[in-house]
Amino acid sequence: MTDTVASTAPCMPLGQATRGFSGRISAIHVGDDVHGLAAAEIESRLLELGFVEGAEIKILHEGPVGRDPIAVRINSTTIALRRREAMAILVTSLDAPL
Amino acid sequence: MSTQTEICVLHFALVGTPNSGKTALFNALTGSRQKVANYPGVTVERKAGVLQTPSGRRVQLIDLPGTYSLRGRSPDEEITRDVVLGRFASETTPDLLLCVADATNLRAALRLVIELKRVGRRLMLVLNMIDIARRRGIDIDLDRLSAELGVPVVTSTAVRRGGTEELLRRIDDIAAGRLEPPGENIWKPLTAGELRTAQREADRVIAAAVGVPRRPDTVSGRVDAVLLHPVAGLFILLCVLFVMFQAVFAWAKPVMDLISSGFDALGVAAHDALPAGLFQSFIQNGVIAGVGSVIVFLPQILILFLFILMLEDLGYMGRAAFLMDRIMGGAGLHGRAFIPLLSSFACAIPGIMATRVIDNRRDRLTTILVAPLMTCSARIPVYTLIISAFIPATYLWGWVSLQGLVMFALYAAGITSALAVSFVTKHFFLHENHTPPFMLELPAYKLPSVHSVAIGLYTRAKMFLQRAGTTIFSMMVLIWFLASFPRPPEGAEGPAINYSLAAMIGDALQPVLAPLGFNWQIGVALIPGMAAREVVVAALGTVYAVEGGKEAAEQIGQALASKWSLATALAMLAWYIFAPQCASTLAMIRRETGGWRWMAITFGYMLALAYVAAFVTYNVAVALGAG
Repeated sequence: MTDTVASTAPCMPLGQATRGFSGRISAIHVGDDVHGLAAAEIESRLLELGFVEGAEIKILHEGPVGRDPIAVRINSTTIALRRREAMAILVTSLDAPL
Repeated sequence: MSTQTEICVLHFALVGTPNSGKTALFNALTGSRQKVANYPGVTVERKAGVLQTPSGRRVQLIDLPGTYSLRGRSPDEEITRDVVLGRFASETTPDLLLCVADATNLRAALRLVIELKRVGRRLMLVLNMIDIARRRGIDIDLDRLSAELGVPVVTSTAVRRGGTEELLRRIDDIAAGRLEPPGENIWKPLTAGELRTAQREADRVIAAAVGVPRRPDTVSGRVDAVLLHPVAGLFILLCVLFVMFQAVFAWAKPVMDLISSGFDALGVAAHDALPAGLFQSFIQNGVIAGVGSVIVFLPQILILFLFILMLEDLGYMGRAAFLMDRIMGGAGLHGRAFIPLLSSFACAIPGIMATRVIDNRRDRLTTILVAPLMTCSARIPVYTLIISAFIPATYLWGWVSLQGLVMFALYAAGITSALAVSFVTKHFFLHENHTPPFMLELPAYKLPSVHSVAIGLYTRAKMFLQRAGTTIFSMMVLIWFLASFPRPPEGAEGPAINYSLAAMIGDALQPVLAPLGFNWQIGVALIPGMAAREVVVAALGTVYAVEGGKEAAEQIGQALASKWSLATALAMLAWYIFAPQCASTLAMIRRETGGWRWMAITFGYMLALAYVAAFVTYNVAVALGAG
């Protein structure tokens, strides 16, 4: 069930999702020139915090100014990150509960 | 090298991801037998301690900065990498790496274990906070975990008495055996692809050996729903900051007054006991006043760090940074910079010490640089003296006190200039046109351990007294020397300070200070005023020969009102918004940044701002007819 949803649902950047969104990571793709660091470095940092392909995530909280940063639940951890970096995390929606 | 390192033949190192409870475990294992210093040339803290095993072996343990990998993306993480790899010149290569993991949250930790195995050193995985994992119904098959990973696994509960017995027993077993590295070092920085592979391997091991929690943590989620709420969360944060500010500002005051008067009394006692002369003055105004000026900061430092350590252990610091990120980020400051900056309103010394909560070196330097611009409590006596002497006690529109308005403007000028300086520093000097990414783990809430907080406070206090204290003390003695040497000639008239080196320096500065409307008396008072900003009040009293020291503020005010023009008074206020005159702050900056460079930069830029501000204020005021 989930797999079919994941394969048919369109990809979107996590940075555009709102509070309550839950989904699965389909790819990590860091664009150039928007971050203070090299794209590879941002990619490594995201991976180190557990943002790997296939992981399930949920946006738990949004910051008070401009709904930024966001707090994301990923497995048993909660990670805070800015929307700018979250744009590199491509996700598919998991609307159907597991 | 200390005697500790000579006795200890074994050297172990604690490695682990942030929030693994590594520091709590370090505190539990070493107790108060620890030393906190800086690694040579960097702002990174080196924590070392001695632990004793049940069979009496003494082991030197170092607590390496927390890291998610050995890539070394910051100076802290480079230290961890270099020590683990045995590349760090001044550190003994560890015989055993203890990789600490939060038993409730193993994904990142197991990936780190997989990476550490490549280093080819002896390794043991410590599953910390095992009590919480058991309470949540997480079944961990220790034998399976150990077999899958190929490293010994032991459990611990750092915050419980006896929670480290099993760990100590295993350490003894390992210490009794062979300690040669079991393999070759084949470590290379992991590429993104290798990180993915390592994470998948870690996830596979977790799936094989660790059960899903039967009672997952719901408390943190429910607490966060309130504490991270856009409105309620910010309100609670403001309340926490308000209480903290009150505590540092007001609760510390009685103790500080007690310490001041205690040292004053001691000084008077020494004065009475000793024959009059240079030696008497040295003991009273140099040594006793110098030691007093170090000790007097302790209450503020202890109170501030009590809050910081508790909020950190509780897991709130990351949440506060989350709420403040966008607000502080606009000025190029890190989300965590608000605690150091807020504390700096009381005093920049604890504020600068508190910048240790910021792990990024550049963010930390920027915060240290602007912290002294926050209007500290030592400026208040200077401001109130000049305001009450020169600004009429009238009300605008019937209800706005003009004096209060000037005071507010001085505070606002301090804050505005701090934001401006941090913005300029970030964008023009540290060449950071992009704000570095903000990504951090928000750990589950935990009750702080009294033992761990107490040890944290004890080591902070010790470190402040040993390291900053010696510099502050020597500066105080130097200032005493300048203000009291040479002695006035026989039968000289006027205060003794007018014959001293300070007066000579004040005279020499006269041509430079004249464009600010400062007379030579101000020049002279600025020298002892280096001891602390508020000392300038007493120093002005001394040069204007007003008897009674600090208590005589009203008479000093009257003397100033008759001797200074309004323009001079306003220029003096503008000077003190920026004035770098605080030897203790400068000493602290030198200590915290590990060199003279940042201290010189701070002194230089503040002096330049003070000069320009006073110059503009004086000339505008004269042009408007206040000369």
